[in-house]
Amino acid sequence: MKKRNFLLKHSYERRTTSDMVFDAINHIFLIIVCLLIFYPLYYVLIASLTDPTVVNTGKLLFYPENLYLEGYKRALEYPSLTNGYVNTIQYTLMSVVVSLFTTIPAAYALSRKDLPGRKTIMFLFTFTMFFSGGIIPMFLTIKSLNIYNTSWALVLPAAVSVYNLIVCRSFFESALPIEILEASKIDGCSDFAFFFRIALPLSSTIIAVMALFYATSMWNTFFNALMFLQDDNKMPLQVVLRNLVLSNQLSAGSSGAEIAERRKIIDQLKYVIITVAALPLIAIYPFLQRFFVAGVTIGAVKG
Amino acid sequence: MQKILKQSNQSKNIKFRIYQVVKSYQLYILLIPALIWLALFCYYPMYGLVIAFKDFKIRRGILNSPWANPIFKFFEQFFSTSIAKTVIVNTLLLSAYQLLFTFWVPIVFALLLNQIKRPMLKKTIQTVSYAPYFLSNVVLVSVISVLFSANGIINNIIVENGGTVKLFTSQAQYFRPMYIGSTIYQTMGFNAIIYIAALTNISPEYYEAAMIDGASKLKRILYIDIPLIMPTVILMFILSLGNIMTIGYEKAYLMQSPANTTVSEIISTHVYKVGLQSAQYSYATAVGLFNSVVNFIILFLANLLSKKTADISIF
Repeated sequence: MKKRNFLLKHSYERRTTSDMVFDAINHIFLIIVCLLIFYPLYYVLIASLTDPTVVNTGKLLFYPENLYLEGYKRALEYPSLTNGYVNTIQYTLMSVVVSLFTTIPAAYALSRKDLPGRKTIMFLFTFTMFFSGGIIPMFLTIKSLNIYNTSWALVLPAAVSVYNLIVCRSFFESALPIEILEASKIDGCSDFAFFFRIALPLSSTIIAVMALFYATSMWNTFFNALMFLQDDNKMPLQVVLRNLVLSNQLSAGSSGAEIAERRKIIDQLKYVIITVAALPLIAIYPFLQRFFVAGVTIGAVKG
Repeated sequence: MQKILKQSNQSKNIKFRIYQVVKSYQLYILLIPALIWLALFCYYPMYGLVIAFKDFKIRRGILNSPWANPIFKFFEQFFSTSIAKTVIVNTLLLSAYQLLFTFWVPIVFALLLNQIKRPMLKKTIQTVSYAPYFLSNVVLVSVISVLFSANGIINNIIVENGGTVKLFTSQAQYFRPMYIGSTIYQTMGFNAIIYIAALTNISPEYYEAAMIDGASKLKRILYIDIPLIMPTVILMFILSLGNIMTIGYEKAYLMQSPANTTVSEIISTHVYKVGLQSAQYSYATAVGLFNSVVNFIILFLANLLSKKTADISIF
């Protein structure tokens, strides 16, 4: 392959002027796109560290001029924020465990072509991707299961994502050739033994992909929390963020500070809160991108 | 004779099927957790849809609540209000604009990125392009609200260049552009993954042949890349058509302000408000059901069309 590309480049390709112009424009264009994507996020981070009077002049910031950390100090004083953080971490961990427990075994079973009723079961799952009860029946279901206003109200409805299930099934179909199954069947291996001792050890990639997908979606969950939770102290980070930043429930306390000073702190607190809410995922995703790219492409094989 | 043979064949068949099912019992055990989930959180709520046809009282439960009289009472109620037209039009317009303006962006991005041959640069651009996908809607809308606020950086730049302050986050006229722009920002990189994968699967022989014939880069994109990723494009298009009425209500809800509800109130936000905030369960369920059914019909038609014309279908 390498050698072929080498040949290709040097014997066939004549770099014409139009190709060079295309390349140049393409490079510049994509780099600009990249900056447009990246800069707003970078700006929020820098604004969270900069003196709000500088931020309020509205100029472009490239590094924290007048480093000012009051916002972070104040953010720690908001119990709802730290509380939301702890809740989100708890819900995310629960969700990953529960979802892996439901998704992985089911995906394996559905990957087995010899499973009687496989098509019907698969149809029952896929149908729900295109038709659902909607929010009110879901809300009533949560109520009638007596899990309203508990962490299970967030974790259980998200226990399976049919899209993830299909991705995972496609992985098993391609990663476990039928020959392995046949050989182990001859040696008297049961389905359980095959799943736990052969399929699972071979599927660390897909387990990582699933954990990542489920964790991201639970970390970012907002509407379900709004619908299925009631107590303020159970709300996850996203709801707290919405309340503080979008519904303007921020206050800088009344400890005798000047009004201008308070205004300044509130402005900065917004940047600080957005930063702390977004940072964990933004910081780790570059290291995990191999996995979600794998996930998306596996899913595409048998959409 | 034949009949008896057929019968015994049938009973053999049934016996064989039963044997197969029994033999696979361990696989069914592996399926149990997911099936329980499916029953409780997908099909039980679908059963709950009957309250759209009932005068549902939460104390009496679904079964004991009386049937609505007439049976389509809540649907009629919805269509008789002036809000019905507004939310339906808003939903359809927002979805249509979204499809029109966002669908092709990841494809173009993938085609252009595919032309970059420096691996490091390509990788960096791709990694950056995913970043917004990992922002939640709340974070995204928060970022918009601070950057586009009256004293935010965007307005400062506009004012410095001689413009006047624009109320991007509250005025109705800016809602759709902001909504769609932020959707492009969020999903371009991530949705491009699937096209990039399709592009890397194209056999180099096509390019070789084209290069010998002296095809320029642009020609190669137009006549090799685009036709060969077309099946993926069509598939993605059907899937997005299927979601046309399930447009992200979370973001619409978050981006609502008192001044822009004339365009930002869509079916699902309306359902949430009347259903959960003012507890009109039956009415809200009827509206939601109307939404789901229309959505399903659109998906079904799109699928039928592509099956007929391009032989690509999702079911």
